[in-house]
Amino acid sequence: MSLTADDVNKIAYLARLGIDAEDTESYAKDLSGMLDLVAQMSTVNTDNVAPMAHPLDQVQRLRIDQVNEENQRKTFQAIAPQVEAGLYLVPKVIE
Amino acid sequence: MHTKTITQLVKGLRAGDYSSQELTQSYLARIKQHQALNSFITVTDEQAMAAAKQADARLASGNAPLLTGIPIAHKDIFCTQGVRTSCGSKMLDNFIAPYNATVVDKFNAAGTVTLGKLNMDEFAMGSSNETSFYGAVHNPWANNTVPGGSSGGSAAAVAARLIPAATGTDTGGSIRQPAALCGITGLKPTYGRVSRYGMIAYASSLDQGGPMTQTAEDAALMLQVMAGFDTKDSTSVEREVPDYSAGLNNSLKGLKIGLPKEFFDEGLNSDMAAAIETAVNEYKKLGAEVVEVSMPNLKLAIPAYYVIAPAECSANLSRMDGVRFGHRCTEPADLNDLYIRSRGEGFGTEVKRRILVGTYALSEGYYDAYYIKAQKIRRLISDDFNKALEQVDVIMGPVSPTPAFGLGEKTSDPIEMYLADIYTIAINLAGLPAMSIPAGFINEKPVGLQIIGNYFAEAKLLNVAHQYQQVTDWHQQTPQGFE
Repeated sequence: MSLTADDVNKIAYLARLGIDAEDTESYAKDLSGMLDLVAQMSTVNTDNVAPMAHPLDQVQRLRIDQVNEENQRKTFQAIAPQVEAGLYLVPKVIE
Repeated sequence: MHTKTITQLVKGLRAGDYSSQELTQSYLARIKQHQALNSFITVTDEQAMAAAKQADARLASGNAPLLTGIPIAHKDIFCTQGVRTSCGSKMLDNFIAPYNATVVDKFNAAGTVTLGKLNMDEFAMGSSNETSFYGAVHNPWANNTVPGGSSGGSAAAVAARLIPAATGTDTGGSIRQPAALCGITGLKPTYGRVSRYGMIAYASSLDQGGPMTQTAEDAALMLQVMAGFDTKDSTSVEREVPDYSAGLNNSLKGLKIGLPKEFFDEGLNSDMAAAIETAVNEYKKLGAEVVEVSMPNLKLAIPAYYVIAPAECSANLSRMDGVRFGHRCTEPADLNDLYIRSRGEGFGTEVKRRILVGTYALSEGYYDAYYIKAQKIRRLISDDFNKALEQVDVIMGPVSPTPAFGLGEKTSDPIEMYLADIYTIAINLAGLPAMSIPAGFINEKPVGLQIIGNYFAEAKLLNVAHQYQQVTDWHQQTPQGFE
């Protein structure tokens, strides 16, 4: 499996991840190497094997739908890059 | 007193040989003296001295919990309220955690004194501690070699006796491999045994916190504090916590040890094979029997891991977006630019590689071929272990194919670095508990013996490790310059 610099740019955009233009080729090489490694998985037939998500096959626990957390907006916003009037600020999204 | 174990320090504190404040001061001085190791990212002197003062008061009152006043430090992946929690990344260099991880809360309640936060590979992605934003950690046994990773700061600090014990986390070997390379004792518990709440997630279905100590006896004391069900972690397992120290002295007569033949094939360095054989022979003298077992799917562990871990990390790290916390780029043109540049500037190369692979594996049309396929292989690997553990009590083998390698030696070839985790990764995929204990030296560099047990058999592993430490002294050796 070989990825091109173009592929890397597409994937990086999906991940909203900036990578320097001069590094694209080396990412393409490293990622292709990783995918070659991963391709070894196809050497074994897994048609009748159930995928394993939790080592103890535990399912997600449910709880009663009641409030158990208090609002900590002030604490959490104290470490935010930019807030105003209790809101997180980002560049304008809607004109 | 810096070479003493927790078990010895507990006695000394209670006998009044020294106070927690004296202990804390003495360890803080050592941390400062050996700053060049780069094992700490943050040292919390003031908070530590205040906690030690409290501990002394509690000790004087006569009803203090066992570990009251014992200095420890946390891997910088555990959130500590009011203290920077960087996860080894520029992304979180300015992140002051607004809450404590459950593990941190439990240690605070147990009365331990936190001296600071330990260096690690960025977001726990690495096997050499060289991906840290704060620079590589040096191995105290050989300054120009790596301490292992990702809990490299924890391992180096315990090995150099800068702290008696530390916490670590293990997603693919990140407790066991640095423990092996630095000559200390490390335990990765069963998946679900220790709460992951407030432990910054790398690969959620594999991550597990555990203790890093000088001895198995100390690891039992640390795990006693860490283990337990937590409603705040949806994958935490509701199961009683046994007394991990109670069975340490049980005899190993009749213990069945399985040696997987795939662990000892041509990939293993011959000196390492000989060192492991010597350790196993020691167990035979203690009355254990050795049986060959087989893990036919072991070779697929690394391929499956490099789908599952990157896929989960690409999802977990999407929360670092420059909006609510962490690094934000200057003057973003629009929202996309804010995301792309904040993440591009905040993450290092190895983290980016894994996010990219994970994003690719989870992208439209590839999910079944990669993630589901990897989860199926995970089941096959787990079945191999379960089959072997029906025949034997524990499985033994190497932790790492070689002792500590040189700083910079493997950084140019990420795949080569990944392949070195062959003996540890499969255990995370299966979710089993495993330990690394000091078992000798190759060219004056420590060797680790891996002991793998059945689900929730941590007490058994600790017993097996402790008995070995009663007849060997590898775990008591201190690197030159740190005696």
